[in-house]
Amino acid sequence: MKRIIANEEVCMGCGLCEVYCTVQHSKSKDIVKAYNKESPRPISRVRLEVAKPVSFAIQCRNCEDAPCVSACLSGAMTKDEKTGLVTHNKDKCIGCWTCVMVCPYGALKTDVSGKVVAKCDLCQELETPACVANCPNRALTVKEVKP
Amino acid sequence: MSKYVIVGASAAGIGAVEAIRDVDPVGSITVISEELCPQYSRPMISDFVSGKATFQKMMCREDDFWNKNNVQALTGRTATSLNFTEKYVALDKGERVSYEKLLIATGGKPFVPKMEGTDKEGVFTFTSISDAERLAAKLENSKNAVVIGAGLIGVSVTEALVKRGLNVTIVELQEKILSLLLDSKGSDIIENVMRKAGVTIITGQSVQRIVGKPENDRSVGSVILTKGDQIPCDAVIVAIGVVPRTELVTGTEVKLNRGIIVDNYMQTNVPDVYASGDVAETYDFTLNQNRLLPLWPLAVAEGKVAGCNMAGKKTEYSGGTNMSSLKYFGIPVISIGITNPKEETAYEILVKHEPEKNLYKKVVLKDNMIIGITLVNDVERAGTLFHLMKNRINVKKFKHELISENFSLAMLPAGLRKTMCLGCA
Repeated sequence: MKRIIANEEVCMGCGLCEVYCTVQHSKSKDIVKAYNKESPRPISRVRLEVAKPVSFAIQCRNCEDAPCVSACLSGAMTKDEKTGLVTHNKDKCIGCWTCVMVCPYGALKTDVSGKVVAKCDLCQELETPACVANCPNRALTVKEVKP
Repeated sequence: MSKYVIVGASAAGIGAVEAIRDVDPVGSITVISEELCPQYSRPMISDFVSGKATFQKMMCREDDFWNKNNVQALTGRTATSLNFTEKYVALDKGERVSYEKLLIATGGKPFVPKMEGTDKEGVFTFTSISDAERLAAKLENSKNAVVIGAGLIGVSVTEALVKRGLNVTIVELQEKILSLLLDSKGSDIIENVMRKAGVTIITGQSVQRIVGKPENDRSVGSVILTKGDQIPCDAVIVAIGVVPRTELVTGTEVKLNRGIIVDNYMQTNVPDVYASGDVAETYDFTLNQNRLLPLWPLAVAEGKVAGCNMAGKKTEYSGGTNMSSLKYFGIPVISIGITNPKEETAYEILVKHEPEKNLYKKVVLKDNMIIGITLVNDVERAGTLFHLMKNRINVKKFKHELISENFSLAMLPAGLRKTMCLGCA
């Protein structure tokens, strides 16, 4: 399984990770259309954490013993035994935010609908997740870890 | 003979099955459940009544959950007694299921006070899918409902009834609704949105008796409150709370307080007998003592701990506390720990209150550690605050940021940032 690692020493706090995450989760996958035409604009699954001079980006850690999976009331949040990915099923989500209550990283966000959760999916369709690929100072890198 | 026998197949039973299978892929598991299809989410029964969720959507595990985990599921069956000497569970038709390790996960049952009229047609409790189905059927020809109790269940069933177009009156003995979760500023916000939705809220009173219809005394016609007011209604939902279903162990050597007494490995005082979920008194890390905490996520977590230990992987429960995340009439609310301490001077209390935005944030600190969290209408940082609380992190250096919009993981001490966020195993 891929895990995205943040290095706060070289993070400039530019926020491009959030921009490219938004684009990747948009309908058009085009930065101009996603920002100017898509309404509501998709939210970023990665969050840039800032308290100057410190900054780093964080997204779902796909925890081994994921508290969000255990706490989920509806069975929407599951952990894939083979890949180790924590996966969220929008159709089953009831937006109770119990997962939000127990995620230490604040990695679960309210989706634009306001009714379900949105989380990082490690950009399954891409070789390298969009936030990592577009980080200009390589503050985000991908490490392969055992699921 | 089954290596593992679990009585009860809701949250704690499901958690136990998953944990046992993680440790022991082959040991035989038998689950005994009174319900025919027990793997549904009980907290979702209000969504079923409101029409938001079908029974299929309420399945919190796969349809073939029991099969997939190679569990013999005795559904629609009742465990009638336990024998700890010969190590078996007796069932309703006289059969016995022998065990090596037994988990009692019988849950809770709704508390119905002794009151005249609770046996009338149109009086409901609200904790199971069969309750929800009966209530939903009744609503086809109901106009006015009275909900007794304004806790988690009472407010959520009220919302469902409003969505179904009923006039709802909610009656609460305490002075405020949701009094176990919120202080008065917090409950005011929810009371306001409920009133706007047309709900009549009566606090500081209870229902004294339920009265039949003039033309048919067997059927609910009204309720009479303690101060004498009469409220006409055709349905009454009793949602005062749940009590542990301890009848299976009452009179046995299993030690009981209000619930079954367990240690942090979910073991009872009887060898090879475990208990978890709403039936057990488990560790509250805020109060540093065991108590009843009938909450779904905690029951799953406790069941997992029991399952690991039953299967031989020694696992200690890290504890829970009174913690709930809800959304009432569109307003998200998260409440964790001691949110409304009586002697306020003994604590440091941080508050952000913007009632016009329905926004309320409150963090209760003791010795620079978080012991209580209330978040109304802005809950995204709840999990980080909970993490700081549960791990007893000293927040002195950044405490004034805890309730600010700018609160961020970047404010945490460098050491904590590194272990928690950056390396991430």
